[in-house]
Amino acid sequence: MKLVTAVIKPFKLDDVKTALQEMGVHGLTVTEASGYGRQRGHTEVYRGAEYRVDLVPKARVEVLVDDADADAVIDAVVAAARTGKIGDGKVWAVAVDTAVRVRTGERGPDAL
Amino acid sequence: MLLLSAGRPAVDAGDTAWLLAATALVLLMTPGLALFYGGMVRSKSVLNMFMMSFVSIALVTVVWLAAGYTLAFGPDAGGLGLIGGLDHLGMHGITPLSVTGHVPTLLFAAFQLTFAIITAALISGAVADRTRFGAWVVFVVVWTLAVYVPVAHWVFGTGGWITARLGALDFAGGTVVEVCSGASGLALAIVLGPRIGFRKDAMRPHNLPLVLLGAGLLWFGWFGFNAGSALAANGLAAAAFVNTQAAGCAGLLGWLVVEKRRDGHATTLGAASGAVAGLVAITPSCGSVDMVGALVVGLAAGVLCSYAVSWKFRWGVDDSLDVVGVHLVGGVVGTLLIGLLATATMTGGPEGLFYGGGPGQLGKQAVAIAAVGTYAFAVTYGIGRAIDRLLGFRAAEDEERTGLDLTVHAETAYDHGVLTHGTSLPGRPAAAHHPDRSTLG
Repeated sequence: MKLVTAVIKPFKLDDVKTALQEMGVHGLTVTEASGYGRQRGHTEVYRGAEYRVDLVPKARVEVLVDDADADAVIDAVVAAARTGKIGDGKVWAVAVDTAVRVRTGERGPDAL
Repeated sequence: MLLLSAGRPAVDAGDTAWLLAATALVLLMTPGLALFYGGMVRSKSVLNMFMMSFVSIALVTVVWLAAGYTLAFGPDAGGLGLIGGLDHLGMHGITPLSVTGHVPTLLFAAFQLTFAIITAALISGAVADRTRFGAWVVFVVVWTLAVYVPVAHWVFGTGGWITARLGALDFAGGTVVEVCSGASGLALAIVLGPRIGFRKDAMRPHNLPLVLLGAGLLWFGWFGFNAGSALAANGLAAAAFVNTQAAGCAGLLGWLVVEKRRDGHATTLGAASGAVAGLVAITPSCGSVDMVGALVVGLAAGVLCSYAVSWKFRWGVDDSLDVVGVHLVGGVVGTLLIGLLATATMTGGPEGLFYGGGPGQLGKQAVAIAAVGTYAFAVTYGIGRAIDRLLGFRAAEDEERTGLDLTVHAETAYDHGVLTHGTSLPGRPAAAHHPDRSTLG
């Protein structure tokens, strides 16, 4: 199993969710996040004062998938989240030892 | 003071009815200020900001009835126009039959009380997010007696030196309320030092709808403040009323134009601040300028104050919610412009430079500003330093970082989390009281 994590622009969340539903992903977890990448933040002027905004609002999407589905899920997320402009975010995957469905106690891929 | 005179009751029913309403209007300005300020701070110190205003209502009222009224409006003590006597300590000797002008003295005292309340509350904006609550309570009591009361006597009191001797004009408190609160706020902001993260973190307003609601209530109450200061239901009150509206609107527009050209956006905070700046500036002048004058006063304040609020970043003084930039600067603008724009049709005598009156009035206005500003700054600085040394004026660093709402008042303004801070009654799990929350997700 793999845990696919995507940090994306918040307004792209709906597109990513739809893409994952269409390919049969049953569940995901979304959290509000903030951060920055290579472009860093930006400068804003408010009430006559200039200041740097280092942390930009992001949505963090986490999906547990079978090893075989990982690449397809990553591709789908990337395609759905891309605008081509800076700040589109990042997607990565890590190996997962165990997953348990709390309600039934099923373990491993059955729990997905 | 007039008592019942032969054949004609000294109390005018119309004047009294209007001043009763105006007093309630002015009192509403302080809860309005709490909203205005509360929306501007960060979400972790909203309730503390509200509390500084609300506790001022209670404290100043008690102080006023005990000693403030008589020191401000009692018969002049010593004949120098500096302070009132102690004749009416605890409102002694003032009965329902006592009359001031054409209204009951008790009503006049209540009207003036509402001015004292909001002036004290205004200062809290300069020290947002970092003030020990107990120290603020002590400060308000001492400051009301040592700063507000003498200044009110100078300008509003019978025989007060600024009005009676100097001849400066201040209809509704440009010096007493605006310059006084602004200069005091500046002093206290210097005593307390800047918030952690000042000039680094943006510290943007956490709730702009609250700010706008507060600005609306302030605007509404300002009609009582300015038109009520005629102390009568007459043409002067009507002129002050319309001048107030004109200046508030011109201030709003002036601020937005500057902001749009300078920063690229017309902001809601700018609209609220611009209206308040215009209303601040017309406070001293609403009884001495005509309607074109009121538009000029409001516009000048809106434009100048929109620049003034950025000075604090250069000076390193964290006047957090711009008490100096709006109230001190706006108060100075409005009080000075009387020297240029006063017209005899309003004042019944003195005229400004542009209306054929020569530079004399301008000089008197400047002296009044300098006297009130210097006195308020110096005495407030002394009170602030003394309280800081004796009690500690500033909240502890971890309290400030966590937010004063939770650390000082044991409350939070907003509870959006699903975990309810992990609270539960002793001996029972939290989930038992929130069955709906145990099924989330």
